[in-house]
Amino acid sequence: MIWFYLTSGLFLGWSLGANDAANVFGTAVATRMVRFTTAAWIASLFVMLGAVIGGAGPAATYGKLGAINAMGGAFTVALSAALVVAWTVRLGLPVSTTQAIVGAIVGWDLFAHRPVPLGTLSKIMVTWVASPVLAALFAFTLNHLIRRTLPYLRMHLLMQDLMNRAILVMIGAFGAYSLGANNIANVMGVFVTSNPFRDLYIQGIQILSAQQVLFLLGGAAIATGIFTYSQKVMMTVGRELFRLSPVDAWVVVLAESLVLFLFSSHNLQHWLLSHRLPAPPLVPVSSSQAVVGAVIGIGFARGGIRAIRYEILGQIALGWILTPAVGGLLAFLLLFVMQNVFQQMVVLP
Amino acid sequence: MFSIFRKTRQLEQNIDAFLDLILKSALAFRVALKAYLSGDRTTFEEKVQEIDSLEAQADGLRREVENTIYAEMILPESRGDVLALLENSDDVLNQIADTIVEFRTENPAFPLDLHGHLLELVDASMEAVEQMVLAVQAYFRDLLAVRNLITKIIFYEKETDRLGERIKRSLFQRDDLTLAEKMHLRTFVQYLQQIADQAEDLGDRISIYVIKRMV
Repeated sequence: MIWFYLTSGLFLGWSLGANDAANVFGTAVATRMVRFTTAAWIASLFVMLGAVIGGAGPAATYGKLGAINAMGGAFTVALSAALVVAWTVRLGLPVSTTQAIVGAIVGWDLFAHRPVPLGTLSKIMVTWVASPVLAALFAFTLNHLIRRTLPYLRMHLLMQDLMNRAILVMIGAFGAYSLGANNIANVMGVFVTSNPFRDLYIQGIQILSAQQVLFLLGGAAIATGIFTYSQKVMMTVGRELFRLSPVDAWVVVLAESLVLFLFSSHNLQHWLLSHRLPAPPLVPVSSSQAVVGAVIGIGFARGGIRAIRYEILGQIALGWILTPAVGGLLAFLLLFVMQNVFQQMVVLP
Repeated sequence: MFSIFRKTRQLEQNIDAFLDLILKSALAFRVALKAYLSGDRTTFEEKVQEIDSLEAQADGLRREVENTIYAEMILPESRGDVLALLENSDDVLNQIADTIVEFRTENPAFPLDLHGHLLELVDASMEAVEQMVLAVQAYFRDLLAVRNLITKIIFYEKETDRLGERIKRSLFQRDDLTLAEKMHLRTFVQYLQQIADQAEDLGDRISIYVIKRMV
């Protein structure tokens, strides 16, 4: 039964791998700078590393939003989010698992008559707005820096091409790590409180904590998504991105990866706080929306205000409200069905 | 990774070697024309052979570079531009080689008083080719330098127009040549002008490719 309950989370992981790996390796694969199998191996490895090593921070934020204490409840919440994600994919909107799952967790809070922690919720919602804006800012700045310096390096075109390939792979790996660290909470975050696993010991030495085992499983689901379905998405996303120049393309991926890293790294948060700098909360953000933000940043650097595509911004803003609302409503309805029709425990008293 | 690095370096060297062959052909062409007009058949024949061999080597190198770029999937974004640059540079070299062969085949007899003007025309035309080679090299290595080089190509192309025009006018004003001879000599002036024209066309292409890379 435990495995059955985990399937909705694993499905979310699969869908994340299928959709979001394109945001880190799409350009490299679509332009044939890196072979798909190479990209898939690197992305899978680093997503799992990110999930296991750096996934705790953003997942803890979800714990504060709603500590879903029954496996049946976690299954239903993840299933609701998965259905909303499938629906937004069908509509062709920039996919955001995070917005769907946040809505679904709040749906569980309401169903379980628990108070909705408005402070945490508002902190999460601020990061949704901040992440594309920050990505745009990073892309804009990086673009300026690189455009200014590159001509003076007097590098041969062929060497530039080689450098682009190497950078795309390195940034892809960094992006995959950040994606794993930041987004594993979307896949397995709701199962943390009711985690069925135990700490993993080999010859008496603890290798992984119970939560890390859970996240490793989620990472494996993301990797399955990458290997089975992401190639098609990579070709589509990559071609869209590659209307930009190769340098701009890796600037976009770097800006997006930095945003994901910023919202998931404990160490960076400590460092910023110790230097009395404002530190962002550790919250899962949408990589697709960060990419859109970064592309707008590049466009802004190139063409000024004209480059902003308001209809896409409108779609994203609509997603900030509509996706969690639908996710919450659906979770509430499905929790009701699970409890009263299928007689499953969705809330522990 | 190291093998890709090695292949890229090799490709870079091949492109440089290809462009060097065009430069050498332009230099050999100047010497050949001087020898032709001064009646030094031995040097002229040597240079014709040399240009022929340079052209064959350049063809081989160009094919090798093109195959490698496609086989190794290098420069996915600008490979079309790079291949066009190489092919058009090769066209200029072919024009140089064809022109020198025409001189050997048809033996045009330019009046002695026009030799000076003709050599000036050859110099301007070859100068345009040399600047074109530098512009192609700059496209690969130093985009900021391209603009100045293209200005020079345009200058030398205009010079060939001016010098060619002067020779043709002078040819058709004189009475010591038949119309057939005048038309024959005019064709050779046009050959020399065409070389600079092709160099200028390539310069125009480069400026577009540079904009594409800067955007």
